[in-house]
Formats: sequence, C-alpha cells, structure tokens
Amino acid sequence: MEERMETLIREMKNGDQRSLARLISCVEDRQAGWKDVMKSIYPGIGKACVLGITGSPGAGKSTLAGEIARRFLDRGLSLGIIAVDPSSPYSGGALLGDRLRMRDISTNPGVFIRSMATRGALGGLCQAARDVMRIMDAAGKDVVLIETVGVGQDEIEVVSASDYVVLVTFPGQGDGIQAIKAGVMEIADLFVVNKCDRDGADVMASEISAMLELSSEAGQERPPVMMTSAFTQEGIDDLCGVLSEFINQKKARGKPQRDHVRNEVLGLLEREMVGMLRERIMENGKLESALDAILEGKGDPYSAAEELMARVHLVRSRPGERKEDTRG
Amino acid sequence: MVQESRIRVLIAKPGLDGHERGAHVVAYGLRDEGFEVIYTGLRQTPEQIVSAAVQEDVDVVGLSILSGAHLSLTRKVMEGLKAKGANDILVTVGGIIPEEDREALERMGVGGVFTSGSKIKDIAAHIRTRLGEMCPHEEENRGLFTEGTQATAGTGHEGQ
Ligand SMILES: Nc1nc2c(ncn2[C@@H]2O[C@H](COP(=O)(O)OP(=O)(O)OP(=O)(O)O)[C@@H](O)[C@H]2O)c(=O)[nH]1
Ligand SMILES: [Mg+2]
Repeated sequence: MEERMETLIREMKNGDQRSLARLISCVEDRQAGWKDVMKSIYPGIGKACVLGITGSPGAGKSTLAGEIARRFLDRGLSLGIIAVDPSSPYSGGALLGDRLRMRDISTNPGVFIRSMATRGALGGLCQAARDVMRIMDAAGKDVVLIETVGVGQDEIEVVSASDYVVLVTFPGQGDGIQAIKAGVMEIADLFVVNKCDRDGADVMASEISAMLELSSEAGQERPPVMMTSAFTQEGIDDLCGVLSEFINQKKARGKPQRDHVRNEVLGLLEREMVGMLRERIMENGKLESALDAILEGKGDPYSAAEELMARVHLVRSRPGERKEDTRG
Repeated sequence: MVQESRIRVLIAKPGLDGHERGAHVVAYGLRDEGFEVIYTGLRQTPEQIVSAAVQEDVDVVGLSILSGAHLSLTRKVMEGLKAKGANDILVTVGGIIPEEDREALERMGVGGVFTSGSKIKDIAAHIRTRLGEMCPHEEENRGLFTEGTQATAGTGHEGQ
C-alpha cells in the first residue's frame, strides 16, 4: 500500500478527523488504492454497533438521529453518522441537507457526520455505504448511525446491512401505515411513530402493532413499537434505552454470519467481473462493429451479446505465456 | 474501474441574518450543475462551518453572507480551516459584498466573490476552473487525488 495511505490510516486511528474524511472520500470515490485501504482496516473492525434509521421522507429521521447521538455522546460513546440522500438522476448532483438537523452536536469532537449521495451506481451504494461504516468502525467509533430514506431498493439494502434497523413513521400522511413500503416493514427491528406531539400518533402505533400481530407466528418475538417527539422530547430516552440494550447485546455476540459474507464476496466479484468484461469488450472494437451490424439490419442484440461474450477470455494469460487476448 | 467522483460543495450561512433564499438558489442550482451540495442552514458559527467542511471533505466552501459582517466572518472561517490543515479548500463568498471589500477578501485567500446578480452557470464554471488550477499543487498535499477527480471537472464542461 502507498505510504500516504498508511499515514492516513494511522492518523485516522489517532483520532484525526481530516484523515478519516479523506479515507472516506477515497473509498467512496473508488479512488486508486481504495481496496488496499479496506484490506488493511478489515482485520480490526466489528467493534462498532451499526444502527440503521430509515422511513418515509420527512419523518424526522435526521432530527431523531441527532437526538440519539446527543444522548449517546453524554454517556461517553463516540459516534459516526452517515446520512444518505438520493443523487439527481438528471444532473448526477445531490442536495444533502441532513446535517441541518444535527447542528447541536456538529462541533462535538465525539461525533463525525458524513453526508453521502446515492450516485446511482449499479447496486454499488450498498457496498460503498458498508465500506464507509467500516472506516468509521476502524476509526474507533462505538456506534455508527446510518440514515436512508426507505424508498428505493438500494436504500433498503443499505440499512439492512446494519445490525439493528429502526423504521421511523409519522402521523398525518393520509394513508396511515399503507405509506410504509413493502420490504421495509420486514427488515425493521423497531418501529418508531415520531411527531407524537401531533394528532393520530397513537392510532398509527396501534395499527402497526395490530399488523405486526397479524403477520407474526405464535410465540415469535415482535418488534417493539414506540412513540417519540423530537419537539417535546417525549419517548426519546426510552428509545435510547432500547437501543443501548441492543448495543450491549451486540458486544456479546460479534462474528458476521456466513450468508452475509457470501453475499458480499459474490457482490464484489460480480462488480469486478462486469468491470473487467466491459473493459475487455471495449478494447478490441468488436462491440462497435456488432452495433453497426445490428443497425444495418444484419444482426440482433441477443446474438451480439452472446458472440461478444464468447470472444472474451475470462482470465488474462500470464506475462510469460501471453499469446493473444481474444479468440477469433 | 474508477468510479466517478463528484465536486463536493458546502453552502453555509454564517452570521445572524435570516435570509435563506439566495443560499437556497445557489444550493439547488449547483446540484443541477452536477455538484454534491451539503447545505447546513441558517446561523452557522465559523466553528460549525469548519467542522462540516472537514468532515464532509468538500472541495469548496461557499459562504453566503448578507449581514454586512462578511470580512470578520470570512476571516474566522479561513483561520479555522487553516488551523485544521484544510486551507487547500476553495472558499468563495456570495451575498451583498461592496466592491471595495472584494480585494480585502481576496487577500484573505478567498477564491471567488459573487454578488447578487451572479449566474449559477458562471459560479459553477468558476469553481471548475479554480479546482482545475489547484490540481497539480493539490496532488502532493492530498496524496489521494486521482484521475477520478480530474475527470469530473472535464466531464462537467463537456456536459454544458
Ligand atoms: N411536529 C414535529 N415535527 C418534527 C419532529 N421531528 C422532526 N420534525 C420536523 O419534521 C421535518 C423533517 O425532519 P427531518 O429530521 O429532516 O426528517 P427526515 O426524515 O430526516 O427527512 P428526509 O431526510 O428529508 O427524508 C423538520 O421540519 C423537523 O423539524 C417531531 O417530533 N414533531
Ligand atoms: Mg434526513
């Protein structure tokens, strides 16, 4: 690994915020050497507890994250917060506004807040977000909070990679619990009805409880449903109590599950292969001639894809025994 | 396979004035120019701005100041960034800035002063140019500067 990266990792571990920020950018942007960074920190991670916070837009996720963080900081815990917002599909830019709700804690040296745009990379968000969580873990954070809007599949995948998932809803959206997207319900370990200073919160909480009761097997443990208000502070201490209990349990458990590791390795492998294949197919110009053929009415996309695939050797020959790169 | 990196900009409003519109327009406008914009809202202290700039690893800090206190607020932000070793971040100032203060701001190291008539396209182009100029020097400092980041500036121009 480059010496400069080693220095950054060392300084990050000593608590230097700028080094931590730089390493996150390196990994998020997939800059040269990012994998070396991940390989180097991987052996030391697994100490942080990752809490996912998801739910409908405007539910109060960021405000709650700020409140939770403030209480954890008071107890002497250190935190990393990752706030994910969507990139614009048109410009590729993003407006990241979650920090706005966390300004009370923003200069506390125990917390590091990072905004992240989805960037629309094919299934890449999940891995990139997981990598950022790991860097914060390696930086010694006790707890990592990750906030995403529970709408897109990608965002749901991101929170499902956390140790514990909090689903935040609020009353007054009109269609009540129908607003909770299918697929989010299933991954929640805890339901929060926020803005309980408003009417309708208790109705909503009992609807959720009723639905959980219907969908769970007898004897199966059901996720708790809690009510909070970031404005009156009602329920937030209780929420933090449940979360701390979980954090303590997690310390006792540790070890990632085999299925998760398998999925991650396969996911990384897939991206490597797609990248490599694209590169190889682009470099010999055969793609363009296949496109010409299709446009002239002499071919079809299906055969073209098959033929391009057949021309590519999956493994590069070693320097000594190098003949030609492509068949035909 | 280098994933494209994006220009990150912090739009911050230090000081006590309560007018957010200009900052909003710039924040949305730069998003539409393809930048990742971190918006932190009204009445930020220089300390809050500096710590957000460091944690978010932004390339640019855009200060929006209408209160008339632009000289002292900007100086505090510049000093704060320097103290954290983050003085390679491009700082721009926008708002109601009298022409005679422009030079003083530039002497502090401000890399762009935009008054209320400025067009978003021009601001975006200015940022891309300045970041482009800063590249070679940055490479030594940063160590993590790669082709990915440079590509963004180029891509942005082509997109126009
Ligand atoms: N009445 C009431 N309003 C709240 C409460 N919590 C948050 N809000 C307000 O709800 C709005 C959205 O809050 P955020 O924390 O930004 O919500 P979010 O879920 O992070 O929003 P996105 O990230 O945009 O999806 C803000 O105006 C908050 O002030 C609450 O407990 N009660
Ligand atoms: Mg939010």
